[in-house]
Amino acid sequence: MESLKAQGVQTIFGYPGGSIMPVYDALYDYTRGEKKAFDHILVRHEQGAIHAAQGFARVSGAVGTVIVTSGPGVANTLTGVADAMIDSTPVVVIAGQVGVGVLGSDAFQELDLITVAQPICKWVYQIRRPEDIPWAVSKAYYLAKSGRPGPVVLDFPKNAQVSKCDYMPSTVNFVRSYIASPLPKDDAMREAAALLNSAQKPLALVGQGVELGGAQEELKTFLEKADIPAGRTMLGLSALPSNHPLNVGMLGMHGNLAPNLKQQEADVVIAIGMRFSDRVTGNLNTYLKQAKVIHLDIDNAEIDKNVKTDVAIVADCKEALPMLTALVHKADHKAWRDSFAPLNEREQSRVIEKAIHPQSGPLLMGEVVNAVAEATQGMGVTVTDVGQNQLFATRYSRYHTPRSIITSGGLGTMGYGLPAAIGATFAEKERPVCVFLGDGGLQMVIQELGTIMEYHCPVKIVLMNNNFLGNVRQWQNMFFQKRYAFTHMLNPDYAQICAGYGIAYERVTDRNDLPAAVERMLAAKGAYFLETVIMEEDDVMPMTPPGASVNDMMLEKEANNG
Amino acid sequence: MDKQLYTILIYSENVVGILNLVTAVFTRLQVNIESLNVSPSGIPNVHKYTVTIFSDDEQQVKKLVKQIEKKVDVIKADYYLDSEIFTSEVALFKISTPIVMAHPEISRLIRHTDSRMLEVNETYISVHVCSSSKIIIELYKALARFKCILQYTRSGCVAITRGKEEKVSAFLKEHQNAQLRFMEEGINNDEA
Ligand SMILES: Cc1ncc(C[n+]2csc(CCOP(=O)(O)OP(=O)(O)O)c2C)c(N)n1
Repeated sequence: MESLKAQGVQTIFGYPGGSIMPVYDALYDYTRGEKKAFDHILVRHEQGAIHAAQGFARVSGAVGTVIVTSGPGVANTLTGVADAMIDSTPVVVIAGQVGVGVLGSDAFQELDLITVAQPICKWVYQIRRPEDIPWAVSKAYYLAKSGRPGPVVLDFPKNAQVSKCDYMPSTVNFVRSYIASPLPKDDAMREAAALLNSAQKPLALVGQGVELGGAQEELKTFLEKADIPAGRTMLGLSALPSNHPLNVGMLGMHGNLAPNLKQQEADVVIAIGMRFSDRVTGNLNTYLKQAKVIHLDIDNAEIDKNVKTDVAIVADCKEALPMLTALVHKADHKAWRDSFAPLNEREQSRVIEKAIHPQSGPLLMGEVVNAVAEATQGMGVTVTDVGQNQLFATRYSRYHTPRSIITSGGLGTMGYGLPAAIGATFAEKERPVCVFLGDGGLQMVIQELGTIMEYHCPVKIVLMNNNFLGNVRQWQNMFFQKRYAFTHMLNPDYAQICAGYGIAYERVTDRNDLPAAVERMLAAKGAYFLETVIMEEDDVMPMTPPGASVNDMMLEKEANNG
Repeated sequence: MDKQLYTILIYSENVVGILNLVTAVFTRLQVNIESLNVSPSGIPNVHKYTVTIFSDDEQQVKKLVKQIEKKVDVIKADYYLDSEIFTSEVALFKISTPIVMAHPEISRLIRHTDSRMLEVNETYISVHVCSSSKIIIELYKALARFKCILQYTRSGCVAITRGKEEKVSAFLKEHQNAQLRFMEEGINNDEA
């Protein structure tokens, strides 16, 4: 407990069980009375705990903390651990374990956690002796937070939980086998600056690294001086404000047309804190072949992993960007910037208008997201689940403040949204936290409505109910001859469910009622469940078909007539 | 393109489960391990892994090495071609005495390599060979033609680098110094 306190932990998401009971017994004292140091949030399923910790970490930048029992308890968190690994989210999972004496004997609720967790976390350690607790906990938080952040798992056998020893504070901020942030190399910086200074059509690809490094201002200064338009990845959406003149939209399979196509015209591309995910690059054989590529990332293993770079800068962008800003010339690329406009107009008239201002027919996801974005003026935190809801929510939300997009990018974990939004409300007290859910993803974690009820989490839940596993249905429609295998889904009566949990509920079917309903949701004091009844068979466009080149991004479902 | 033999040298902390961690990277990148040797290194508490692989894709080998080095408890990982390292390997053969007696070429083949007899009796001769992987494989193939091999095993290759600098010690020293500088700066800043 003292070790956690020393790390500044305030909020713990957890679920008790046999082999973590000594820790919970200590929590009893540390969550009340004069010893009170923590709030413990009892979730309804351990997956909820880890996603809540992820949401907490994403919005605050602090490490999320999870405490669970051994065996099934920690196994239930593993989806989130893998998710946090691929999306670089700092969380520490403290899991009970059977006593050291019976490890390997198939004891009750024993799970070989080290072996299971190893490939999906940044570091896993088994704390076998109580005297190891202070440094192991300190090292766990240091590793989770520093460098490229990620999940750390502490496997905590029961004997080490109960045996007593004096608390000897320990602070780990150095691990000899690990370099948290490499220093930028001067020659690489000079080469990068030379490329940028010679560029006629430079483009920046901005990722979550900028948010993780807290370098949003440094990014702006850099882009403005060298006059470089910037596309953002889905996880990097709030690294640059939506209304910034150099922001040219979202990259990726369902991103905006202009940055997707224009990156194939750029002469110099600088990737900043992004990892060239296949959802961004499309077919690598045709990707950025014309451009010189500069890659700035804190993780050396990302360099040349997917895209061969001409200049690599392995460093923290918070440190490297100001140095680069000093080296680049003030430039004006107006003609190049202006050349994005026709593509934007094309997307605006052929896709966006239809999605956010439809004149007839059932409600669409795009207009629901847009209604929320207009009501919050882009000052809210957007949380999404996975599926069409995610793609519409990320496309049509607006981001005017840093750290305002929470979504499962790399793993694409359905069930992420609702608990992540719960976690976010514990870190973010000012901005409204709005989560956009599909009917499938909601039902994967619907039990967390109980957590919302118990802790009065002010989550604004926007269910976009299309009675389908919409994203999979879209693929079946486009690539599997409309053979809808098990994607239609019967839904429960959410009004009754919300009544059971005591959560304010409203249902909207008519677009004329939407703005007022959104206002009511935002004005409500606590949680609010807004069910929007969405057209069943709508598709997210534009789209780069899987495996295709980004050049072949389609605006409409039928052939690319571009 | 022909496959090339790469030797990967990995230095890690001596912690539980690290072998799993390292081999999992090979599995994930679909690289077959040809041989693997683990032993303590000359640096206290540091273990050294010598892994050989065949590959026709140097980029893939680079990727592999970077992903291994990314693991928190791995200190350093690098790959080498044969010209950059000294290597050695041990093989043990147990061969049939009657067949050896019938074919004198067999003893000649064995004596041609850096070898010694461990035991000779009327049933078998056990032979210790210390050489390069290539020569050991050639010897094995030659002996196999006589169908005289009762048992055969190889140690896996071990290697040391030819360069004059000691990369791992230098890395540890540099990293440690950087940290000291950083901490001193921190203290100075606190005072300021
Ligand atoms: C845990 C998990 N299982 C399956 C999938 C595959 N999958 C991706 S999107 C999707 C459909 C999601 O449906 P829904 O939650 O209703 O959202 P919609 O697409 O309709 O907005 C599925 C099944 C996934 N991403 N995660």
